[in-house]
Amino acid sequence: MRVGLFVTCLVDLMRPSVGFAAIELLEAAGCAVYVPPTQTCCGQPGYNSGDRAAARALAEKVLAEFEDCEYLVAPSGSCAGMIKTHYPELFDDAPALRARVERLAARVHELTDFLANVARLARVPGGFRGRITYHDSCSGLRELGVKGQPRALLARMPGLELVEMGDCEQCCGFGGTFSVKFGEISGAIAERKCRAIEASGADAVVLGDLGCMLNIEGRLRRRGNETTKVLHVAEVLAGKSGR
Amino acid sequence: MQVQSLHFKRRAHEALGNATLQSNLEKFGAGGLALLRARAVEAYGRDAFERLRDAGAEIRDRSLADLDTLIERFEREATARGATVLFARTGEEARDLVLEICRRHRLTKAVKSKSMLSEEAGLNEALAAAGVTPVETDLGEYIIQLAHEAPSHIIAPAVHKSKDEVADLFASTHAKPRKTDIPAMTREAREALRAHFLEADLGISGGNFLVAETGSGAIVTNEGNGRMVTTLPRVHVCITGIEKVIPTLEDFATLMRLLPRSATGQPISNYVSLFTGPKRPGDRDGPEHMYFVLVDGGRTNLVGTDMEEMLRCIRCGACMNHCPVYKTVGGHAYGWVYPGPMGSVLTPAYVGLENALDLPHASTLCNQCGVVCPVKIPLPELLRKLREKQVDRGLRPWTERAGLRLWAWAALHPRVYAFGTWWAARYLRFMGGGAKRIRKLPFAGGWTVSRDFPAPEGKTFRELYRKRRGA
Repeated sequence: MRVGLFVTCLVDLMRPSVGFAAIELLEAAGCAVYVPPTQTCCGQPGYNSGDRAAARALAEKVLAEFEDCEYLVAPSGSCAGMIKTHYPELFDDAPALRARVERLAARVHELTDFLANVARLARVPGGFRGRITYHDSCSGLRELGVKGQPRALLARMPGLELVEMGDCEQCCGFGGTFSVKFGEISGAIAERKCRAIEASGADAVVLGDLGCMLNIEGRLRRRGNETTKVLHVAEVLAGKSGR
Repeated sequence: MQVQSLHFKRRAHEALGNATLQSNLEKFGAGGLALLRARAVEAYGRDAFERLRDAGAEIRDRSLADLDTLIERFEREATARGATVLFARTGEEARDLVLEICRRHRLTKAVKSKSMLSEEAGLNEALAAAGVTPVETDLGEYIIQLAHEAPSHIIAPAVHKSKDEVADLFASTHAKPRKTDIPAMTREAREALRAHFLEADLGISGGNFLVAETGSGAIVTNEGNGRMVTTLPRVHVCITGIEKVIPTLEDFATLMRLLPRSATGQPISNYVSLFTGPKRPGDRDGPEHMYFVLVDGGRTNLVGTDMEEMLRCIRCGACMNHCPVYKTVGGHAYGWVYPGPMGSVLTPAYVGLENALDLPHASTLCNQCGVVCPVKIPLPELLRKLREKQVDRGLRPWTERAGLRLWAWAALHPRVYAFGTWWAARYLRFMGGGAKRIRKLPFAGGWTVSRDFPAPEGKTFRELYRKRRGA
């Protein structure tokens, strides 16, 4: 299976290790991983800020980069959701392009969804000891139905215990540019998420999106919590969560 | 009501600094209406409820597609049954019509059941100025009228108040010993309201639906006050938006399976009132005169546009009950009549994009609102469309526009982008220091107002990957 990895701009800049963990997992599932070198961003910042033209230009770029792959996989529900559920509508006035985009969209998966449901990863390579709680990121959950997939994969790691936090489906307050435009509100929403995480008694909160990750980690540390780890699900599954 | 939506940020800041409000909001968020809805949906069956949502959306779309003929039919049927149907282009016109009705029938005291349109029209202030005393009879509305405040939620208008605050308010108004036992407080309010019901010569209600085939108005209440308002006084005025019209009683029955469950988690509200014309000869009760004041107030501007789906709204409040932003800042921050996600779409749509610049952006687009909306309004999509309209009309700050243009240009030029991120990864890593976190972020200070920014690992994925492939 030739799988194109959409690294995402935040993984590229902030947490390259998550990208390498994703490659490892995909290879463990028997995929030939292709990483288009020219990839940058899915266009979501423009799309959500009302700049449709910019979003569309980037969508065309992603289409050109990944059209030849059997699948496009991203370690992010947000970016995968953008490509899968929002790209087609950007091409309402260009039926030929829209058809190509729809063909690509049909082959787009969030990483854990792909590993659990498409590639059917036989053995989870990583090991983890401790209690974790899982934060469901909004786009992954509500656009792509990512809910059971990461939990099913994590459940196959013997030393790992999953405890659910209260309101695990509640937004962490990130919201892309919202987090900067409305920093105070965003931080207050994150504060509630952090309290739910702490109340769960978990050693680590695990999630599938860099935006939520930076938001939750940033708020935990600001409020003086130096111990609760914030980990991407790919790092945990690949056994790269020592950071 | 005066539009204060331009000041969303300031008002949100004040809300976040108000400890009592924060504690009240937290209680609301933790065990409030969202939880009750979830239980009701579970009891109904999730799949069945999804089908019900489809049916609800279909009814509302069908109604809106035929809005003009349905309104005409409603007018015909209501008139045939003895009611008077009046139309208002704006809230002000609606207010004037109600004042004219008061003059015609020499009315001096109005009891009111919940109506958000009355807030749009600023009706209470106008009535009082014209010598007609308005008394809100929905318990929540009664509370905020005593406190001289506006509703902070469309179905739970006093949700921002704690029991203690209400106890103080009642003690000072009712001149009775302060009580904190909720049933006792409710009884006290009922006793105070009873006299008003008996004295009033005008009853003003809102309207949840207008049924075209019978010319009936419908309201949904839990306290019975709506029943009193629409039957006791000698004149009844139902004031509502023209978009509330639906074709048949059958459609009404379907929507009534959705509305209370979505709003309060009830299979049915305690009272469902359908009012059809004034008292007929031989009827034992009912008003002598009945009016419908149907208000446009910006609604027809949405018909046939890419915002039309918003007019499906049946005012259940589920979107705000599930909104992380609403649950954090409360309803008053939004600065006009309608708060939460539906308000962030309706306010700019009704009062002008330029008068509510922040509202379309005051959302994380988490889509909790979209998945609970009983008539499947794609709220995040509509907020996004409003953002696009702001950009098209040049209403965004130039710094934001320039930043986005620069980002988009770089993202389209991979070499430029690679250089930019190469530099940023190192610069931010350096800024992060030993603790690997940044306390104050340059160019994005909003982020570090209330949280740290975790530093990047120091090199970009693309350079590490190329090195690895080369090795």
